[in-house]
Order: sequence, then structure tokens, then C-alpha cells
Amino acid sequence: MTTTRRLVTHSALGALGTIACAAAGLLTPGFAAAQADALKIGLILPMTGPFASTGRQIEAAARLWMAQNGAKVAGKTVELIVKDDAGVADTTRRLAQELVVNDKVVALAGFGLTPLALAAAPVATQGKTPLVVMAAATSSITEASPYIIRTSFTLPQAAIGIAEWAAKNKIKKAVTMVTDYGPGIDAEKFFVDRFLLNGGTVPEKLRTPLRSPDFAPVLQKVRDAQPDAVFVFLPSGQGAAFMKQFAERGLDKAGIKLIGTGDVVDDDILADMGDVALGVVTSHHYSAAHKSPANQKYVAAFQAANPKMRPNFMSVGGYDGMRVIYKALEATKGASGEALLAAMKGQIFESPRGQVLIDAQTRDIVQDIYIRRVEKVNGALYNVEFDAMKGVKDPGKNR
Amino acid sequence: MLTLLFDGIAYGMLLFVLALGLAVTMGLMNFINLAHGAFAMAGGYVLVLLMQRGGWPFLAALPVCFLVPALLGAALERTVYRPMYRKPHLDQVLFSIGLTFMAVAAVDFAMGSSQQNLQLPDWLRQRWEFGSGAAMLGVGAYRLFIVVVCVALALGLQALLTRTRFGSRLRAAVDDPTVAAGLGIPVNRVFLLTFAVGSGLAGLGGALGADILGLDPSFPLKFMVYFLIVCAVGGTQSITGPLLAALLLGIADVFGKYYLPKLGGFIVYTLMIVILLWRPQGLFTREAR
Repeated sequence: MTTTRRLVTHSALGALGTIACAAAGLLTPGFAAAQADALKIGLILPMTGPFASTGRQIEAAARLWMAQNGAKVAGKTVELIVKDDAGVADTTRRLAQELVVNDKVVALAGFGLTPLALAAAPVATQGKTPLVVMAAATSSITEASPYIIRTSFTLPQAAIGIAEWAAKNKIKKAVTMVTDYGPGIDAEKFFVDRFLLNGGTVPEKLRTPLRSPDFAPVLQKVRDAQPDAVFVFLPSGQGAAFMKQFAERGLDKAGIKLIGTGDVVDDDILADMGDVALGVVTSHHYSAAHKSPANQKYVAAFQAANPKMRPNFMSVGGYDGMRVIYKALEATKGASGEALLAAMKGQIFESPRGQVLIDAQTRDIVQDIYIRRVEKVNGALYNVEFDAMKGVKDPGKNR
Repeated sequence: MLTLLFDGIAYGMLLFVLALGLAVTMGLMNFINLAHGAFAMAGGYVLVLLMQRGGWPFLAALPVCFLVPALLGAALERTVYRPMYRKPHLDQVLFSIGLTFMAVAAVDFAMGSSQQNLQLPDWLRQRWEFGSGAAMLGVGAYRLFIVVVCVALALGLQALLTRTRFGSRLRAAVDDPTVAAGLGIPVNRVFLLTFAVGSGLAGLGGALGADILGLDPSFPLKFMVYFLIVCAVGGTQSITGPLLAALLLGIADVFGKYYLPKLGGFIVYTLMIVILLWRPQGLFTREAR
């Protein structure tokens, strides 16, 4: 009897102990999960101010990626923290610091303009946090920190495409007109270099201030120089006003072609531009009219989630940026820092814009650059691609 | 050359209409209204709303662009501006700049922060060209339209101020409100009307300028400096002062950006500094008594 009783007692105690242990075992990681199993991604974007369209596009695309791929990576919940820097570099830097120090984000992302990305670069270096640039496009950005990865494009990349096209299409003399800041200077330099190399001449290089109320004087100067074409870079948003004045000044009638990088005929504003935009030839890495099943699916999903918007090149930088972060987190099973950075390098995948590669050496994106012409497709204006340069590496780094 | 001159005149005229309302409130009513640009922006957005959402023709929409900011100005004058008249200038500056920020945020919220795109009717998008070579004159229909409207406005206002009963009442009310009130002049109503007209002019300027200057919620902040320069250089005691100042600045700006693109935007500021060193009271102001 006693032995039996002892046995029962023992086993009961044992069972209890096991349950307790199991419970504790379950509880402890469960408790920790609430804190550590969230993978936070800090998305810093201009959501208000003159560059808000960039922020809206990227946020919409990032949320679309999460909606399509779920909020779980490597068994942990991904949490997107969106912060608005209104396009002010000081704010970007402060927000980046807060996200790294307080929120312990695994990656910083976003960055609408070059100065904003440069302001956050030291934070990434100090915090050993990968920083994914989804918009800003000055070539030198990726050199500002070894933790920077870029999923947008670079202006040298975009500018050489149209320079090649111009030289082959009876454009011998071109004037450049760019906005006077980092990306504009990049665009000017690489367009002019490539164009001169192919035997063209550039009689004038014009720069307009970032805040330029009236394009009349520069446009008059373009007209008086009587070139075959004018190469234009303007930050997205100014394109519409410029295009109108271009036509009103009679530059198109004087036989001057308008060419440029795709920012001037950004998909976000192209639909409202009216027929003045018809026939404008640009080179860029993305058009909403890109003919691939991946892009058609992307555009349809984007417009279903955001009925009044058309995805532009900014959105695709955001979408692919989220993809790079997700895949890297899957590879590292949620680990952050150096491991995550290493997992981001060298990714090759099919983006809505076509095949892309994150170059492991420069951490910059390698992609196709398309030559497009503005045409009417089903009654709406689109950049229709008719030629492509395959696998373009940022020419700004071939030194 | 001539084309540039014409562009400069048109740009100057635009600055004139935009700054005129400010000259009226600042010079005549002695009130520093930095929220002036907000009324201009209101005019611009009224035009965009009417033309894009309402499908109104351009010419029919323009008077509404004057009326709505004018009514808005009148309402604000009655409620928030009037208590500020007797306060020191610094209070007025802080108050009106706060109002500007509120306007910027409100428009950003209601209309979105992207540039508004306006489609002018075809007859305003033409262009005529005369002569050739250096003497070529290219005239854009819209810029010509701006010049005509602005000249008409300047003449009308000058007549209103110097030839009418309202004008003399206004001048009396500004010089000494107490005595003017004693003489039976309804000082409050005169101020109300003046402020409304000033705001309405700003609105009209904003509507006319929307196509050339662009229109987004940061408009009042972007152009505040230009309005202030016009008023500072031209003085605020007359209509002709701001008119000539605006023309001078518009032409200098266009020529500067053409011939000295490296200096570009600085020409206007340099010119202002030189003029103010020479005549601190403004170009066309009589010496302070």
C-alpha cells in the first residue's frame, strides 16, 4: 500500500513538476516574444510638404508588400513604423536616431531626398543598422555609410540611357537644364559626358534653383541657343509646370525636343499633364506601363489598394526595398546588424521593373534602363517603353 | 531682348497684384499682415476647385477668386484681426505668421500637398512672335492677359483712392481714427471694406499666378519674401510705388536669370539692399515727417 501510495504521490508530484516546467518553459519564451519577437522596420519619409507624393507612394507600396506577404518573418511579427520628416534633413537625422535607440529597429528605410539620406547615414554606421534607400538618387549616397543599400536608382544610371538614345537619333546639339542640387548635378555631368563621347555638342549647361518660381528666363535661353534638344532633370512635382511653359514658349514649334530622365514625366503626375507631354522621350528604370506579368500584377494590386493613385518609380523603390528587407530577415532568421546587411547584399530578384541585382560590392542596385515615349494608352498618358539597356550598373562608381 | 523685357514686365505685374493687397493693409491700415500669402493661396485654390471640379470657364471663375478671399478676409477681420489693430507690430507679425502656418496645414489636409495642375483655355495658351534676331518679341497670350488685368487694376485702385469719397474717408480714418469717427466716418466699416478688398486682390493675384508660379500649400511661405520686398522697395503709401517696384524687380529677376544664371535668385535681393541703402523709406515714399 505504502509503496503504491508513494508511487502515486511521486508520480503526481512529478506530473505537477513536469507541467510546471512545461508551463514555465512555454511561458518564458512566450513572455519574451511580446518584446523581442517583433521585427521593427523604421520607414522615414516626407509625408507632408512639397515632396509628400514620394512619401505617399512609398508608404503605399511598403504596405502593399506587407499585405501580400504577411506580417510574419522567421516566426516573428514585422512591425512597420512610419515617421514623417517633411523633407527636412535635421528631422530625418533625429527620427533615425530615435528609431535606432528607442525602438531598436532592425533596419531604417525610406529617405525621399539626397540630403535626407545623407543626414541619416552616420546613424546607420554608428548603430550598425542597415539603411535601405528607397528614393534618393545621388550616386554618392551609398558611399556615405557601409550600411547603406539602395533599391531605387541613381541619376547617372538614368541619364546615360537618354544620352545614348539622343546621339543615335539625330540630336547633335543639346542644352541641359537641371535643378541645382546633388541629383541635378549628377544628371547633368553624366548626360553631358556620354553625349560628348558620342560626338554631340553642349553649348549651354543651365541650372535652376530648387525653388524656381518662373521658368521663363531659362526657357528663353534654351530657345536662343537653338539646340536640337533640351535635356531636363527636375525633382518630381515641378515637371507639370515646366512642361506647360515649354509648350507655351513655342519651343516645341521651334523644333527643340524635350528629353530627360523619367522624373519629368513621373507616373504620379503624368495623367494630369495633358497633351503637351505627348512624344516626350525619357530614360528611366520604371514605368507603370512596363509590359511584364509581374508589373501588371503589381499595378493592379497597387491600384486596388489605393484607388486614386498610379504607382510611380518611387513606389517600386519602396516595394523592392521591403522585399530586400524581408528576404534578408528570412535568411538570418530575424538576426539584425552585420548579418542582416550581408543577407541584403547580392540579392537577385524579379521586380515589377524587371530583373534587378543588389550589387554586393557597391550595395547599389543594378537594373535595366528603358527608353520610353509618352503615348496615349486607352485614353490615358503613359510612358511606353521601346528600348532598353540591360543590367546597368551605376556609372557614378566606375572610377 | 524684347521677349525678356515683356516676360519681366508680366512677372513684375504679377508680383504687383500679389503684393498690392499687402501694400494696402500695411501702408494704409498700418497693419503688418504676413498672412497675406494665405489669402493669395485661397484665391489660387478657389480657381483650381472651380475649374477642375466645377468645370467653370476661366474668366467666370476669376471674379469668384476675388470674392471668396475677400469674404474670408472680411470675416477674419471682424473676428480675429480687429483686436490686433492696436497691438504692437511684433504681436501682429507673430499673430499673422501663426495664421499662415494654420492655413498651410489646413490646405495640406484638405487638398493634399502636391502641386496643383491648372489647364488654361486654349485662347490663353497662344503665342505671337514679331520681328527676328535680337529684336524679336515673343508674346504669350496669358502673360499679356496678366499685364492687361494688372494695368486695369492699378488704374482703378488709384482712382478709387484719390477720386472717390471712400478713398478720402479711408485716408482720414488711417491718419486719425478718433477724429475721423468724430466726423461721422464709420471707421470700422471703412477698415473692414479695405481689408476685404486687400484680401480679394491677393486672391486674384494668387489665381492669376497659379499657372506661372505653381500652387501648393507652401505657397504663402514661398512668396512672402517677394511680397515684402515689393512693399519695402516701393513704399506703401501709394499704388504707384509698389507698381514701379514690382516692375523693376520682375524685370531685374528675369534679366538676371538670363544673363547671370549663376547669380540667379540673388539679383532681387542685391537690388533690394542697394535701393534700401540709398532710400531706406522705399523708392517712392516721401521723407518721413
